[in-house]
Amino acid sequence: MAATDVDVFSNEEKRNLSLGGHVGFDSLPDQLVSKSVTQGFCFNILCVGETGIGKSTLMNTLFNTMFENEEASHYQNGVYLRPRTYDLQESNVHLKLTIVDTVGFGDQINKEDSYKPIVDYIDTQFENYLQEELKIKRSLFNYHDTRIHICLYFIAPTGHSLKSLDLVTMKKLDSKVNIIPIIAKADTISKSELHKFKIKIMSELVSNGVQIYQFPTDDEAVSEINASMNAHLPFAVVGSVEEVKVGNKTVRARQYPWGVVQVENESHCDFVKLREMLIRVNMEDLREQTHARHYELYRRCKLEEMGFKDTDPDSQPFSLQETYEAKRKEFLGDLQRKEEEMRQMFVNKVKETEAELKEKERELHEKFEQLKRMHQDEKRKVEEKRKELEDEMNAFNRRKVACETLSSQPLKKDKDKKN
Amino acid sequence: MGQQKNLDGYVGFASLPNQVYRKSVKRGFEFTLMVVGESGLGKSTLINSLFLTDLYSAEYPGPSHRIKKTVQVEQSKVLIKEGGVQLLLTIVDTPGFGDAVDNSNCWQPIIDHIDSKFEDYLNSESRVNRRQMPDSRIHCCLYFIAPSGHGLKPLDIEFMKRLHEKVNVIPLIAKADTLTPEECQQFKKQIMREIQEHKIKIYEFPETDDEEENRLVKKIKDKLPLAVVGSNTIIEVNGKRVRGRQYPWGVAEVENSDHCDFTILRDMLIRTHMQDLKDVTNNVHYENYRSRKLAAVTYNGVDNNKAKGQLSTNMDTVEGMSPLAQMEEERREHVTKMKKMEMEMEQVFEMKVKEKVQKLKDSEAELQRRHEQMKKNLEAQHKELEEKRRVFEDERSNWELQQRLEQQKMEASRTLEKNKKKGKIF
Repeated sequence: MAATDVDVFSNEEKRNLSLGGHVGFDSLPDQLVSKSVTQGFCFNILCVGETGIGKSTLMNTLFNTMFENEEASHYQNGVYLRPRTYDLQESNVHLKLTIVDTVGFGDQINKEDSYKPIVDYIDTQFENYLQEELKIKRSLFNYHDTRIHICLYFIAPTGHSLKSLDLVTMKKLDSKVNIIPIIAKADTISKSELHKFKIKIMSELVSNGVQIYQFPTDDEAVSEINASMNAHLPFAVVGSVEEVKVGNKTVRARQYPWGVVQVENESHCDFVKLREMLIRVNMEDLREQTHARHYELYRRCKLEEMGFKDTDPDSQPFSLQETYEAKRKEFLGDLQRKEEEMRQMFVNKVKETEAELKEKERELHEKFEQLKRMHQDEKRKVEEKRKELEDEMNAFNRRKVACETLSSQPLKKDKDKKN
Repeated sequence: MGQQKNLDGYVGFASLPNQVYRKSVKRGFEFTLMVVGESGLGKSTLINSLFLTDLYSAEYPGPSHRIKKTVQVEQSKVLIKEGGVQLLLTIVDTPGFGDAVDNSNCWQPIIDHIDSKFEDYLNSESRVNRRQMPDSRIHCCLYFIAPSGHGLKPLDIEFMKRLHEKVNVIPLIAKADTLTPEECQQFKKQIMREIQEHKIKIYEFPETDDEEENRLVKKIKDKLPLAVVGSNTIIEVNGKRVRGRQYPWGVAEVENSDHCDFTILRDMLIRTHMQDLKDVTNNVHYENYRSRKLAAVTYNGVDNNKAKGQLSTNMDTVEGMSPLAQMEEERREHVTKMKKMEMEMEQVFEMKVKEKVQKLKDSEAELQRRHEQMKKNLEAQHKELEEKRRVFEDERSNWELQQRLEQQKMEASRTLEKNKKKGKIF
């Protein structure tokens, strides 16, 4: 590495210079934009709400198209997430839209675990992105980003307050995803009830510490409109894909005997506000927040869990290489230790068995020594007996001989006497 | 992957580009440009001309004015604004390059500098707590070729060969006002031939879907390498104030496309391809550096990255995997290896045990057999003895019986004799 000089150029201070003419780098944003238009955009919406609350209808209304959706039944065993991806185009802008539906939410008798599949799904998308980011050979620039950019939480229009399921679920989700709460089927609440309802909801959210998405007010171009919209949360929406003739216009609306609820009429509902905020003003900010805040939080937690740190015990910063090397050393040491352990175990086993076998061998020899001794004894006995017999035989022979000499003598005597 | 859907009305996401535009202006832009070339080739002048500002001035002299003994790498940062767009421009210059008598390895400090910027970015990208990731990577390297009119010098070729896979290299013919148009044409052709011959990959302009743009790109490609002239002075020509170089025989205008390719360079570098230069640096050069670095670390556990600029062939096994996934894989492999080892050891052990047990059994059998043999022997002896005794006892008792009989006989005859003697007297 070259040493930096100790003269005016060594300091990193930026000088502000004025230009003597048109250089042309004011086209940089355009260059950036044209690149992103060529690449295409992608946006992922998660709709959380009870079955039948109007999620699919709202999506159809927002995007002016009929997304295929079978009506979900109320008899699902649990909550499961159903993602569907669509390619949309408007003028020269391509949008890859993924809508994730929570099927079966709120239908079970025991809803304690209802939030889990949702949290798992969100985490899985983060995990997939993280894995791609950690790969050695990676291609992030054409990675299909499936991370959820916005969660629309559908609140049932009871007019009273949030359900405990709502609070629990939103609390679990608020650190993982941008949440915009909306009041569904708002045409069943009157204006005054709605006003009270909104205040109640917002205060419950605040008192429970639920962080919902705030429309950003740091960019002067949009700060005013965003600030005013923030005050209208949660949006009370009505969705409809049916068209009704009102006056001399055909508008999307819901026809009741007592009147027509027009979706795009701002005095009827907040649909227009939602569309404005979600799509026309803050879509890019939602994507940015997901990447810069929620994903970073997930990543940080995940890496810390795996034992990665930014500084070692002496507070010296770790370089990535050092971290990996350290991990790897640990890992290899671990493997080596396991091998050693196994080898040792075998050595012990062998020793044990050898000792056992030696013992057996010794026993065997002892046994045979014993038998040998017995045998020696017997042999000795036999020898004794043999000796005995021999002695007796010898004695007998001597007797025999003695007798024979004796018997021949008396005859001689008689003979002598006769003479 | 997704279904195509047609919209029945205006939705509004066509405003996304505007949203992106807005955010990018708010963020501001960064660009780092490196200039390399022997001193006196007009690098500082060109920079000043490109950015229409006195980056290099009497107070902040350009690299050629600073006499160096060895190659240095220095950077200066300036903040410039235009049309609401803010650009933090970093110019990296390399005073001393090619100026020594022996220029071997004079590219090394430059390579080291580029790598250290990649390293910084890699480290900040890999931190657990990531915040602002300032991008100080070199996005473009303008390489100045001396206008000899003949061809590339060995130093030029060496340098470009070593750097073309680390940074976007744009070769320029400096001080082009010393070449006539025909000489320039020849020179360019020669240079391009040599570049191809040595397989040097200079920065390539990307193809687009736009016909019009492609035509422009083709025009530029035909003029490579761009021959440029720079100037710090403004001269009046036909009532217009232009940047140029005043000679006794006329004025060489910097921004006149008949005189040199300066405008092409400026338009390409700043007005149309600045973003692409950054993208190629990020997606290609940086990724190459990163994957090489990580592969070296994870494959061997040590920094095998000694051979800079060379791709290790060990990449095949670790392609497509994060280093952690690779460790997982290795762990799994190790587990199977251990199982196999365990099984083998078990087998060997069993076999040995069987052998020994068999031996023991054999010797037990052998001893048993011998014992049986001996027992049999002994029994046979016993029996034999018994038999002998019996025979003997029979013999003895017979003899004894006989003796007794004879004795009796004798007794009887003696008594008779006695009696006979006695009887005779009568």
